[in-house]
Amino acid sequence: MSAASELVERQLPKEHYLNAEYGWKSWLFTVDHKRIAILYLVSITVAFFIGGGYATAIRLELVTPPGDLVLSETYNKLFTMHGIYMIFFFLIPSIPATLGNFLIPLMVGAKDLAFPRINLLSWYLYIIGLLFVLYSTFQGGLDTGWTFYTPYSTQFSQTAVNAAAVGIFIAGFSSILTGLNFIVTIHTMRAPGLTWFRLPLFVWAHYATSIIQILGTPVVAVTILLVALERIFHFGFFDPARGGDPILFQHLFWFYSHPAVYIMILPSMGVISELVTCFSRKKVFGYSFIAASSLAIAVIGFLVWGHHMFITGQSVYAGMVFSALSFLVAIPSAIKVFNWTATLYKGSVSWQTPMLYAFGFIGLFTIGGLTGLFLATLGIDVHVTDTYFVVAHFHYIMVGGAIMGYLGGLHYWWPKISGRLYPEWWARVSAVLVFAGFNLTFLPQFVLGYLGMPRRYHYYPEEFQVLNVMSSAGASILALGYVLPMIYMAWSMRYGAIASPNPFGATGLEWRTPSPPPTFNFPKTPVVDEEVYDYSSPRKEALFV
Amino acid sequence: MASSDSHHVVPVGAYIAVFLALVAFTGITVWAAGQDFGAYNTAVAVGIAVAKATMVVLIFMHVKWGTKLTQLYVVAGVVFLLILIAITMSDYISRPWPIMR
Amino acid sequence: MSEATGSALQHHFTSLDQQKNAATLGMWAFIVQEVLFFGGMFTVYTVYRSQYYSVFEACSHHLDWKLGALNTIVLICSSLTMALAVHAAALGKGKAAAVWLATTIALGAWFLGNKVVEYHQKWEDQLIPGLRWGAAADVGRELHLAGADVDRAQLYFSLYFGMTGLHALHMIIGIPILAWLARRAWAGHFSIDYSTPVELTGLYWHFVDIVWIFLFPLLYLIGHR
Repeated sequence: MSAASELVERQLPKEHYLNAEYGWKSWLFTVDHKRIAILYLVSITVAFFIGGGYATAIRLELVTPPGDLVLSETYNKLFTMHGIYMIFFFLIPSIPATLGNFLIPLMVGAKDLAFPRINLLSWYLYIIGLLFVLYSTFQGGLDTGWTFYTPYSTQFSQTAVNAAAVGIFIAGFSSILTGLNFIVTIHTMRAPGLTWFRLPLFVWAHYATSIIQILGTPVVAVTILLVALERIFHFGFFDPARGGDPILFQHLFWFYSHPAVYIMILPSMGVISELVTCFSRKKVFGYSFIAASSLAIAVIGFLVWGHHMFITGQSVYAGMVFSALSFLVAIPSAIKVFNWTATLYKGSVSWQTPMLYAFGFIGLFTIGGLTGLFLATLGIDVHVTDTYFVVAHFHYIMVGGAIMGYLGGLHYWWPKISGRLYPEWWARVSAVLVFAGFNLTFLPQFVLGYLGMPRRYHYYPEEFQVLNVMSSAGASILALGYVLPMIYMAWSMRYGAIASPNPFGATGLEWRTPSPPPTFNFPKTPVVDEEVYDYSSPRKEALFV
Repeated sequence: MASSDSHHVVPVGAYIAVFLALVAFTGITVWAAGQDFGAYNTAVAVGIAVAKATMVVLIFMHVKWGTKLTQLYVVAGVVFLLILIAITMSDYISRPWPIMR
Repeated sequence: MSEATGSALQHHFTSLDQQKNAATLGMWAFIVQEVLFFGGMFTVYTVYRSQYYSVFEACSHHLDWKLGALNTIVLICSSLTMALAVHAAALGKGKAAAVWLATTIALGAWFLGNKVVEYHQKWEDQLIPGLRWGAAADVGRELHLAGADVDRAQLYFSLYFGMTGLHALHMIIGIPILAWLARRAWAGHFSIDYSTPVELTGLYWHFVDIVWIFLFPLLYLIGHR
């Protein structure tokens, strides 16, 4: 970025968190939040590719109308395991456990999170949970859908439900402890002068996410426990023969699982706020509104879960109320999109890779969010629920939104994390491949769903084949777009250009440390006396170091 | 982050008083179960339990002298539990309602 | 954190006050999630009690309310002794704190002993859903229920075992922690400046007591006797 500093051969700092200690013990017993972030980064990438493998199998099967690649029973396992790995072991931890863990102490000016050992415990719990699910995978995997609906999951499924239930239960506590750690850190460890309204929006987003993790996850944990108790001991909680109501399971399940989608998207929105402001060289428009909207999403998000249950036999009146509240929850998300757009206006916009991902996010999340309103409309949902319309909707948000935010953030902070620059040209190509591949995969699915193709079926009428083939073709491009960053980022760790402390010229305490930072982040606690996102000149250029 | 209870020591007398109240309320709840308050049976039982829990939270758990943040946490936990129960129950309660045509 | 000196400042905090605030807040966040964890079962209870009140009432009458009441008093006593332990530790009275902690453990063990008695009785009566549930006629006679209500009684007893079992598990986890604290208190690890572990464990123990405060009337005292 800065021509003058290019003249001097840049070197990595002599001692930083990656070379401070060597050996497997220094990694497996670390309490350094940055190393734990790397441990998570590796783990969730493994989970992502397992989930991606299942997705590949699904899209291969769906190239032809008959169910000719796998049996129906096997197909049930494919989409179930795809969902379980992607949701519980990739999306939910993704940004918080990697970028959140790495950056939050740096952003608040602290030496570590409030509870470093509990942070390590969170990772151990994640791994143990993952091992249980891997075990159930080797037993053939489960076929209940990631949603575990009763009474199929409690009474009739012959697959390894118990092992997976235990795994998800344990992984849930990993998530709870991460949220707990973040909330306490943000409350008690902010540097002097770092008031709430000087915090980066990335921190606000994680604060809101942590609230959801603490309040919501325990409910799904106890619900999964009830499913396990019913399976193992034949207790009756959701058994109709004994007066139980399977819909009650859904109430408890979705009480968490709807807010869970906000766990998956809020951190990504936090990333986008950081990217948009940095690459427009302008303070984000409506900072306090964006901060407040994160909290609003967290709270209102707990009131809308019944929109997953419109056709289950739930009361129509409850359905109407859930529908109305679901419209309400769209508003804070819309506020964010408006504010990001307003930030771009008259900003000095540059097109580096992180910004490409941010643009992708804003467009795709908007489409996903608007289609959410279609689904919130009770009358429409009755027709498109359990079709590919829903599948497309949530993939636009989760993949077009959350994953693009994750990749954008990973690229943006990569110099800080690794001390190296990723190769910009390859990164831009990947971003374009991801964007193009994603749309080719999921846009046809909106049409398919609208035309009536149900989800979770591996055979379909002939007339849907063209759209399905487009979707599968898109998936192959998307896959390439995901594999490339793995390759070039690994490459960059050895051969990439060495990064300066602040290659993008961004504001924020994390950029005031060397790239990579030393183990204890700051030699002494910084004192903050500037407002957030202060890109006014003459500071603008001076930020680049 | 100011901590208003970091050096506050609650007098033993307060603990004893709460203890006696809790025992007394236990007796009351057993007695109340033998009475018929009609539609209010459940409300009485839950009300007494809430009163007992409140005493434990405020005095034994020091929330009375705690920070506003601690108090907010307690309230938030209770509120979200009530949201879970109330909205779930609203489904069951309204299922038999006639549908307007 | 060094066990011997107790009050050592952990490297990532800037002051002991900050460290204590963080620890306390962390424990409260954990308790909040516990509220929702138990809360899931309370929700199931609320739904089924509202749908099958007469069944729940009949099943509740079958429980030994006197033993339940005794257990409630025992747990309330243990909360008092826990509070006194925290008090003593905060005043630097290590040995007194250890004695109060030991008393808390004894009361907790008494509570669990009573639960074993109760569970054993359910085993004898064949009222454990799935594991040992008697023939419909026998259960019906036992609970004064008939027809479909006999099956619905399994909802009640599933909740009974689920909720009291989860509660008992929390006590079983708490007791070794209390024992560890008692050992440290006796050895003088706590002082006027540092008694955080005792306070935080006290919060946990009081929470477990609060859960029982609700379980007792909701499970043992439904309808009138």
